[in-house]
Amino acid sequence: MKELCSLFMLFFRLGAVTFGGGYAMLPLLQRELVEKRGWVTDSELADYYAIGQCTPGVISVNTATFVGNKRKGIAGGIAATLGFVTPSIIIISIIAAFVRNFADLAVVQHAFSGIRVCVCVLILVAVQKLLKSAIVDMKTWILFGVIFILAVLTDISPVWFVLGAGFIGLLVFSKKGAQQ
Amino acid sequence: MNILIRLFYEFFKTGLFAAGGGLATIPFLYDIADKTGWFTNGDLADMIAISESTPGAIGVNMASYVGFTVYGIIGCIIATLGLILPSVVIILIISKVLDKFKDNEKVKAVFYGLRPASVALVSAAGIEVVKITLIRLDIIAKSNNILLWFNWKSVLFTFLLYYLVKKFNWHPVFYILLSGIVGILFAF
Repeated sequence: MKELCSLFMLFFRLGAVTFGGGYAMLPLLQRELVEKRGWVTDSELADYYAIGQCTPGVISVNTATFVGNKRKGIAGGIAATLGFVTPSIIIISIIAAFVRNFADLAVVQHAFSGIRVCVCVLILVAVQKLLKSAIVDMKTWILFGVIFILAVLTDISPVWFVLGAGFIGLLVFSKKGAQQ
Repeated sequence: MNILIRLFYEFFKTGLFAAGGGLATIPFLYDIADKTGWFTNGDLADMIAISESTPGAIGVNMASYVGFTVYGIIGCIIATLGLILPSVVIILIISKVLDKFKDNEKVKAVFYGLRPASVALVSAAGIEVVKITLIRLDIIAKSNNILLWFNWKSVLFTFLLYYLVKKFNWHPVFYILLSGIVGILFAF
């Protein structure tokens, strides 16, 4: 029970400071889960994000469920997920009730423009860390490059990239036996 | 009571079929607006703006907002639970299956391909943020002067922040707070 509470609180804190959606949560997860607690590795995070992007639902919620489940089974998954969405419920209720013009306030726009710069930088640093665990040879470099270019230039849903890459992985890497 | 069941059902459907991140929920929300008349397309634009500029997942924030608009705080909770229930169930099932097969050579091979894809998609999402933050897309259409295309205040701040992150490796929350304050002080 104690660990369920601490899972709830950890993801509550993450939910309260994740600005800009699931991708912006990645640097926070690396710091809190990989570096500080050692609960998961960078490559496990990459796995969670891959699955989170090709399964239904919000990526950060999916990741919260994964991590919670890994720590404390089904109850852990539920505790982490509820913790993550609770700040949204509180903050949005307050804004919807009292400050409907919240997004038009100059101070909010300026703060958020500043935070967006931060999100760019933090995602860049997070990606540098993930690259080390995900890109291990020429083939994975090519896969990364092709999908990155297609994802930037086209509107194809991430679902297809993830499914395609999984299929390519199965074809290309299983023959030789993928080394971990 | 009926409206709460409907609210839960609509967001359960959204959670079940919208794959690929919070923004994937937007078409579903337009559909809900059309079918139920709970809110207008104009309300929806406001909700998206608020969901993007408050903490938390964008999809969750939008469910909370719509739920609150329709039925106050109870609606807010019901809509959010409806949205996340399908993913929680699906992820718990996938976790169980993966645990069982994680040493299987074929599963390993699949993840070998998935990881680069995952990092590529996160990188591409980063590029999207860079585009709206550092580049003045409205000016590009109007001017040939490349110097005007960039939001120089933000570009400068980007380099400064990158240096600070690399050099000190403080907690990300610190940089987020700092950036919010810098944004307000220097009117970004």
